Amino acid sequence: MLDTYRILASARMRSDLQYRVSFVLFTLSQFTVTILDFVAILILFGAVPALAHWSLREVTFLYGLANLSFGIADLLVSPIETVQQHIQTGTFDRLLLRPASPIVQVIADQFSLRRLGKVAEGALVFGIGCRVAGIHWTTARIALTALSVVTGSVIFSGLWVLTSCVCFWWVEGREAQNALTYGGGFLAQYPLGIYGAWLRRLLAYAVPIAFVNYFPAVYVLDRHDRLGLPAWASFAAPGVALVVVIAAAMAWRVGIRHYRSTGS
Amino acid sequence: MAVIEATDLGKTFRVRRRAGRLRRRVEDVVAVTDLTFGIERGEMVGYIGPNGAGKSTTIKMLTGILVPAHGEVRVNGLDPSRRRTEVARNVGVVFGQRTQLWWDLPLVDSFDLLRRVYKVGDGAYRESLDELVELLDLAALLEVPVRQLSLGQRMRGDIAAALLHDPAILYLDEPTIGLDVVSKARVREFLSKRNAERGTTVLLTTHDLDDIEHLCKRVMIIDHGRLLFDGGLVEVIERLGEERTLVVDLAVEAPPLSVPGARLVSLDGTRQRLAFKRSETSAATVIAAVAAAAEIVELTIEEPDIESAIRRLYESGL
Repeated sequence: MLDTYRILASARMRSDLQYRVSFVLFTLSQFTVTILDFVAILILFGAVPALAHWSLREVTFLYGLANLSFGIADLLVSPIETVQQHIQTGTFDRLLLRPASPIVQVIADQFSLRRLGKVAEGALVFGIGCRVAGIHWTTARIALTALSVVTGSVIFSGLWVLTSCVCFWWVEGREAQNALTYGGGFLAQYPLGIYGAWLRRLLAYAVPIAFVNYFPAVYVLDRHDRLGLPAWASFAAPGVALVVVIAAAMAWRVGIRHYRSTGS
Repeated sequence: MAVIEATDLGKTFRVRRRAGRLRRRVEDVVAVTDLTFGIERGEMVGYIGPNGAGKSTTIKMLTGILVPAHGEVRVNGLDPSRRRTEVARNVGVVFGQRTQLWWDLPLVDSFDLLRRVYKVGDGAYRESLDELVELLDLAALLEVPVRQLSLGQRMRGDIAAALLHDPAILYLDEPTIGLDVVSKARVREFLSKRNAERGTTVLLTTHDLDDIEHLCKRVMIIDHGRLLFDGGLVEVIERLGEERTLVVDLAVEAPPLSVPGARLVSLDGTRQRLAFKRSETSAATVIAAVAAAAEIVELTIEEPDIESAIRRLYESGL
């Protein structure tokens, strides 16, 4: 499966390299657009000393963790959303005729290193956050921080696949999908405490974005605002990631069997 | 043993139609129903029918893209929709109207990518590629980006791409659509050679009766999702291709021509159309009779149009 991904993604890169200038510009613009989100946070902190009792330094860590995870998922899995175009134009048939996973084929076919711009921004802010947030680094905290990058990427990736399955039933479901993926990525940039109760619950239980960065960060930063959840919530991300992946895999299987193809 | 077997195969699509301003009515549209047939190893079968008859739906069920609503399919003994990837290793598909090649990359790169997706070994790939390049005359095209290929060249590329992993079964959906006479002939020649030498089982859908005549001994005809006919090509030609039409442009307007064995279909100024049956008279006889009655400026013979012939067949109930 990884083999197929590598083969097809490198083919896409070769095609992309025919347009070098656009490649460089796009990567830079991705970096710039994403860092503007962080600039917004800086401006916000110019007006207020804390957000839901989180300092700028802590929010930097939280934000960095969210964007690095999101960026990795965006780079490696987000092209799954193009399955909608494949279904609409009929090219999805083609992928089903080959002895390889259609998920991998859809993703790899639109793989683009340009999205590294987002990863770079996430990594940069995350790096700064790790240094300035005043973390008392212990083995457990280092391990949880590193693990959170992985589980966070997996949760975002799973959500991408899960929401892409919508188009097996509803071809124009793209906007609803974007609300969950990009919207979720955006909401994760702020401490959960600033949101109203219903949105907090939504992010903790329904669309489990809170487990990407918030709950792990609470432990790493030695904070205690777990919003009513027990202490183990900070370590629950691997389980949550697993549930999301299983849900995504099941939705995909059902979706494929429901696929109706287009005329001739 | 039959490599492809369909038993009571059917597919129904649920379609939402507008009914009033906001309401939608849900309707079940039958695409294919009660399809039963078997195709033996090494057979070359023509699968014909009008647009929307259910040809593509059938092929999509045979390849596992669509899950049948009822009935069963077995390809090499496997259920394609449940074991899609296993079935895919032994199947090649060419869609005449769509390419599976990478648009921006040289042709040979597409071949190389497919080789790796299908996990074809180096030796087998070289052998397969060399043979296909030679037979389909692709040597000069290998380094050309696919988007720069002509339709005929691209089609040959697509056929090669579908055969790189040496599949035992080949599905061709309109493989000669839009091709010029020379390209058509080349594709047909290649297909019959491949079938003869490798025993590749071929199922071919087409609107072009010539394709069928050149390639298939057996024909299946489908309309409105039902199999109307499954049998020898000779019989089909007799039934479907029986009535031909002679179109003559006369030097001056003339009263309706009366020719024994032919009936006048239309009269439009100097142009008259006469239909006649292959079994009753020959084109030469009809032309001679017309020439004796009036001065001919121009003439053509129209072979039966397959769609209308199939409609007739459907109406008369074969």
